Amino acid sequence: QKDMTLNKRDGFEDLMEERRHSSDLRYAMRCYTPVVYKDLVPRTPSALRSIVLKSDQVQYVIRQLSKETGESPDIISDEAADILEKMGHDLRLSVVRFFAFTLSKIFKALFQKVRVNEEGIQKLHQAIQEYPVVLLPSHRSYIDFLMLSYIMYSYDLCLPVIAAGMDFMGMKIVGEMLRMSGAFFIRRSFGGDKLYWAVFSEYVKTILRNGDAPVEFFVEGTRSRTGKSLTPKLGLLNIAIEPFLMGEVFDMYLVPISISYDRILEESLYAHELLGVPKPKESTSGLLKARKILNENFGSIHVYFGQPVSVRSLATGTVKRSQYNLVPRHIPRKPSGDVHRFLDAVGHRMVILQQKNMVISSWALMATVIIQNLPSIALSDLTRQTLWLKAIAETFGAFVDWPGNVTSDKVIRSSLTLRHNIVKTVKDQVVLCQEGTPTKFTVENIFKYTISVLMCASYRNQILHVFVRPALVAIAFQNAQSCRKEDVYSCFSYLHQVLSDEFIFLPGDLVKDFDEGLYLVTKSGAIQGSHTDLYISEKGSDTISFLSEMFRPFLEGYQVICKYLLSTEFTDHFTEKRFITEIRSYAAELILTGAIKYNEVLSVDMQKNALAALTRLGAMEKMKIANGNVYKVNKQSVTRVANMLVPMAPIKHATVARL
Amino acid sequence: MAAVAEEEEERRQLRARQRLRVLVGHLRSAEPGAAPALSQCRGIEPGSTDRAAKTAGSIPRRRQEILKWNGWGYNDSKFTFNKKGQGEFTGKRYRLSGMVLPALKEWMEKSFGASLEHRTTPRTTPNLEDLPVPILNEECLKEIKDLGIPFSHDPEDRLIRSHGHCLHEIFALREGKVERIPDVVIWPNCHSDVVKIVQLASKHNICIIPFGGGTSVSDALECPTDEKRTILSLDTSQMNRILWVDEKNLTAHVESGITGQDLERQLSEHGYCTGHEPDSMEFSSLGGWVATRASGMKKNIYGNIEDLVVYIKMVTPRGIVEKSCQGPRMSTGPDIYHFIMGSEGTLGVVTEVTIKIRSLPEYQKYGSIVFPDFEHGVACLREVARQRCAPASIRLMDNTQFQFGHALKPQVASIFTSFLDGLKKFYITKFKGFDPNELCVATLLFEGSREKVLQQEKHVYDIAAKVGGLAAGEDNGQRGYMLTFVIAYIRDLGMDYYIIGESFETSVPWDRVIDLCRNVKEKLVRECKERGVQFPPLATCRVTQTYDAGACVYFYFAFNYRGISDPISVFEQIEASAREEILENGGSLSHHHGVGKLRKRWLKDSISDVGIGMLKSVKQYVDPNNIFGNRNLL
Repeated sequence: QKDMTLNKRDGFEDLMEERRHSSDLRYAMRCYTPVVYKDLVPRTPSALRSIVLKSDQVQYVIRQLSKETGESPDIISDEAADILEKMGHDLRLSVVRFFAFTLSKIFKALFQKVRVNEEGIQKLHQAIQEYPVVLLPSHRSYIDFLMLSYIMYSYDLCLPVIAAGMDFMGMKIVGEMLRMSGAFFIRRSFGGDKLYWAVFSEYVKTILRNGDAPVEFFVEGTRSRTGKSLTPKLGLLNIAIEPFLMGEVFDMYLVPISISYDRILEESLYAHELLGVPKPKESTSGLLKARKILNENFGSIHVYFGQPVSVRSLATGTVKRSQYNLVPRHIPRKPSGDVHRFLDAVGHRMVILQQKNMVISSWALMATVIIQNLPSIALSDLTRQTLWLKAIAETFGAFVDWPGNVTSDKVIRSSLTLRHNIVKTVKDQVVLCQEGTPTKFTVENIFKYTISVLMCASYRNQILHVFVRPALVAIAFQNAQSCRKEDVYSCFSYLHQVLSDEFIFLPGDLVKDFDEGLYLVTKSGAIQGSHTDLYISEKGSDTISFLSEMFRPFLEGYQVICKYLLSTEFTDHFTEKRFITEIRSYAAELILTGAIKYNEVLSVDMQKNALAALTRLGAMEKMKIANGNVYKVNKQSVTRVANMLVPMAPIKHATVARL
Repeated sequence: MAAVAEEEEERRQLRARQRLRVLVGHLRSAEPGAAPALSQCRGIEPGSTDRAAKTAGSIPRRRQEILKWNGWGYNDSKFTFNKKGQGEFTGKRYRLSGMVLPALKEWMEKSFGASLEHRTTPRTTPNLEDLPVPILNEECLKEIKDLGIPFSHDPEDRLIRSHGHCLHEIFALREGKVERIPDVVIWPNCHSDVVKIVQLASKHNICIIPFGGGTSVSDALECPTDEKRTILSLDTSQMNRILWVDEKNLTAHVESGITGQDLERQLSEHGYCTGHEPDSMEFSSLGGWVATRASGMKKNIYGNIEDLVVYIKMVTPRGIVEKSCQGPRMSTGPDIYHFIMGSEGTLGVVTEVTIKIRSLPEYQKYGSIVFPDFEHGVACLREVARQRCAPASIRLMDNTQFQFGHALKPQVASIFTSFLDGLKKFYITKFKGFDPNELCVATLLFEGSREKVLQQEKHVYDIAAKVGGLAAGEDNGQRGYMLTFVIAYIRDLGMDYYIIGESFETSVPWDRVIDLCRNVKEKLVRECKERGVQFPPLATCRVTQTYDAGACVYFYFAFNYRGISDPISVFEQIEASAREEILENGGSLSHHHGVGKLRKRWLKDSISDVGIGMLKSVKQYVDPNNIFGNRNLL
C-alpha cells in the first residue's frame, strides 16, 4: 500500500513549473499535433453538423414530430439545424491558442501547482488511438473543464468536446469562445423536448462513433456543492454507451478523472446556495468582477487520470446486446431494465474510481477535526489530532498530500493561513471566522455562522468516502445491541441503505462494503474479532468514537428531519418547497435552544437527500401532480427509520471483556 | 474352436468383399442390362429411358481411392512448396493445377509469421489398428447381409465417414486421435433400399447417420462418443441417378446422393442446369443440400435450395414423408418440406428430390470492381440489392482477402503482363489515390442472354461508379472465381506449417454489415492476444451474397499456433466467442452451414424455447426412438 502511495506521489508532475520559466506565448503558439483515433475519418465541425442533421435518428424524430404536431418537416428540420448551431462545438485552433495563453496567466496567478499524473496521461494517449474515449472528470468547480482542456493541450492530446450546461452561453463573448475551444452546450433539462434530445444524443454519438475527439462530461451531472460525490446521472452515460451496446463501435474507454482542489474557487458561493441563497447567474461582467480572486492563493490542484476502463469488459456477462437486434437502431428507445441497471452500476463505479484517486489535502484533515470540535480547538490539539487522522486515512488507503520536507507544525500553520477566510487563530485557539456561541445566537446569526460551518464541512466532505465504510461499521457496532457479527451487519446494512443517497455505494455491493469496512477498522486496530463475534480493542474506542462522530452530522440531521415530520400534523400533501422552508425554521429553533450540535441540517442538500431516502424507504410517498411533486408522510415508517439511526440501548460493549 | 470360428468368419468376409468388388465392377461398367440382380431398383430397371440410365457417379464407394483421408478434396490436388521454396498447386484438375505461385511463401511468412523450416509431422496413413472395434451383434449383421445391400465394416471405410471438415476433425485425423466412428457403412442403391435399411434399424434399435458428400462443417457427421448402439453410416453416394427430366415443367427428378458436379455435368449434356453451386459442389450431395438448407453462389438467379426444390421424398422411422403433387406453390398448412430442409439428418434420409432446371445460360461474363475501402464496397452492394440488379454472383472481399488473392497469383507469363499489372496498380493507387492497405475488390459473374448480361453489367458498373468504385476488369473477376474451389485446399498446407484456420458465416441486415464485420474481426484479434496466440491472426471477411433485406458474410480466421500447447481448444474458444459477437451484432447463427453440433448451444436463444419445443415435438413424432441419432440441432 505504502509503495503505491509513493509511486502515485512520484508520478505527479507540476504543469506550472515549466510555465513559470518559459514563454507563455511560445507555449501557446507551439506546434500542436495530437494523436487521433486509429479509424478516424477527419471532418470539419460543419460537416459533422450536417451528418447529424441528415442522420436517420434525427430525421426519424423530425418525421414523428411532424406527424404529431402537423408542422411541416422542413420547419422542424430548420429548428433542428438551429439547435445544432447553438449546441455544436466549433473547434478553432486560434482560439485554443488564445486560451492556452490566457489560462497560463490565470492559472499561474491562482494556483501554486497544477500536478498531473504522467502515467495516466500516457495511458490516455494509448487509449485515444485504440477506441473512442469518454472522459469523466469529477465536478467541483467551473475550473474543471477549462483545466482539463488546458492539460490535454499541454500534453499534446486531442482536445475533448465537452457537454457543458447552457448557462455558460449567457456569457456572451466567453461562451462563444468556449465553443471554439471545444465545448458544446446543452440545456440543463430537456426531458420533454424530443427534438432537442434527438439532436443532442445523435451529436454525441456521431462524435464517438467516428472518434473525432474524446467526449467529456460530468457523470455527477452538476458541480457538487458539498464536496461529496453526487449520485451519477445516467442520461448522458446512456447516450455515450449506446454506440457500444448497438455494436457501432467495438469498444470504448471510460476514463475517470479525479480533480482535487486545495481550495475551491466557489466555496463561499456554494455555502450560500446550500442555505438557500440563489446563485448569481453567470455573466461576463460577473467574471470580470471575479478578477479580484486573482490576488488570492488557491493552493494546488491535483489531476489524476485514471486507468481507462473498457466498456466491453464492463458489459460482458451483464448486458445482452442482442436486445437491440429487433428494432432498427435509429428509433429512439428507453433503456431496458438490464441496461438501466448496467448504466447505474457503471455510473457508480466511475464515481467510486474518481474518489479512489482523489488527493487529500492537509486542510481537509484539519477541517474534519475542527468540525468535531466547534466552537474552538487548541492549535496543539488540532495538530495532534490531524496527524493521528492522517495516519488512519493512510491506513484506509487514502493518498494524502502532505509536504515531506517541513515540520508538521508548519504545514498546519500554512494551511490555516491559506484558509483565512474560514478560520482564524485567536490566542492559540482555532475558531471559525464567523464566530458563534449559542448564547448570542439570533436566527440571522445562525445562518451567518452556518455559512462558515458549511464551508469548513465541504472540505471534511472531501474525505468522507475514505471513511464511510469503516465508519458505518463502527456506528453499527455502537448501535447494535450485541457483539455478534451478524447483528452488526444487519445494523450496517440499514445505515448503508438510509445513507445511500448521501454517499456512493456500488449497487449490490452491500456485503463487499461491509467486509471492506470491517477489514479496515480491524486493520486500524480498533476492532478485533473472530468470524462470529467482534470486540473493541483496548485503544480502539478513540478511533470508533472519532469515526462515528465524523458521520454524526448526517445521522443527527436525518433524525431532526424525521422528528420534524413526526411532530407536524400534515392535513394535506406538501411540496418539496414547503418542506424545505419549514424544516429550516424547525431546525433553526433547535439550534437556538442548543438541542442539536451540528448545523449541517440547514443544508438544502442534506434535506433533499433525506427526502429522497425516506421516499426510497417507503416512509414518504411521492406523487406527481401538474406542477411538480408532492409528498405524503407515512408516520409509522418514519418512526422506524428514526429509531434505526440511534443506538437501540445503552452501549454495553465492555472493552475486551471476553478476552 | 474359437480359431476355427474366426477362420470361418474371415473366409466369409473375404467372400463378401470379393462379391462387392464384382458388384463395383458392374456398376462402374454402367452397361445397360448389367444391373445387379441383388436389389431390384426401379431406377435402373432395363427399359428405362436413356436419361435415367445408370451413369457412374464421380465418387466411388471406396472414397479414399480418389479423396484424401486426412484433408480436403482429391488425393492428387494440393498446395505444396517446391524445392525452390515456391508455392505450387499439384494435379491436373483445376486451372491453378501445375502452376507456380511465387508470392505464396512471402504471404505466409508475412501474415502468420510462419516459416518453411517449421513443419509439423502429421500421420501419413490412418491409424487403422487403433480404431475401436465395431459394435455389431451377429443377428443384426446377418439381417444386414440378408438385405443384399452392399455394406462394409472395413476400418478405412468407417473412418472416412466419421467426420466432416471442421478444423478439429481434420486435426484429429492428422494426429491419429479419433474417438467414436461408425460401426458399419452401407451403400443403398435406391429409395427402396433405404426403406429396408430404416426398417431394419428400427427393429434392432440401430443408430443411423446419413452420409452424403461428407463436406459438413458443423460437426454434423461426428458420432456421439457416448452412443452405445451400433452406428450405421448410410452413404447415399451410390444413389446418384437422374431418374427423369421433365422438359415441359423444367424439372428433374434426382436421387439424393448425386454430387453437384455430377448433377450439373449430366444435365448440361442435355442443355440444362440447376444453377445451384455451393462452393463444395464437387463433393456435396443434393440430399445434403436439402438437409442443411444449402445456398449456392448463383442464388441471385437460381435461388437457394428452398427455392429450387419442388418435391422431396424422405424415409423416416415413422414412414415415408412426401407431397402428393408437384404444384409450384401450395397453401396446405405449414410447408412440411420445411421440416425436412435443415433437419440435418435428425429425422430421416432424403432419397429423391424433384428440382427445378433451366436452360444453360447463353452467355457468361466475369467482372470486378475496386473500391477505396470496405465501406464503399458494402454501399455498392447494398445499392445493387436495392435496385435488384445483382448479377448471378457478386462478392466483396476485404483488403486482407484481396491481398491473399495476390498471394495465389500464378507466375506471370510475360514481361508485358507484368508491366500491365504495374500500370494498373499505379493508376489505382497513385492516380486515383486508393490506399493499397484499404482498398477492396468485388468480383462479379454475369449470366444470361448476351444482351441482358451487357445491360446488367452496365447497370452495375454505373452504380459502382456512383459510390466511388472503379471497374477493374474481367481477369480479376475470373481469377477470383477460379479460386473458389481451390481455396478449400489451402488449409491443409497451413496445417503443415503450424497454421490452423476455419471459415464461418452468417447473415445480417444491411445496416449491420459493416459494424458486424469490424467487430467480429476485432474480436478475433483481441481474443487471440488474450489467449496467448504468439502471432497476429488472419481475420478477414467477405460479403458473398446479397438479399433484399441483408447480406451473407463469410469470415476466414487462422493463426500460427506455435507455442500453444492445446491449439484446437484455443481455436474453438475463439471461434465460439466470435460467434457470440456475431449474434450480439444482429447476425444469424448460420446462413447455410447449418447448426450441427458445433452451434447447438446457441439455437435456443436463436429460435426461442417454444421454437425448440416445436422442433422437438416433430422429432418425437417422426423418430421417437432416435434412430437418426446424430444429435444435431436439438
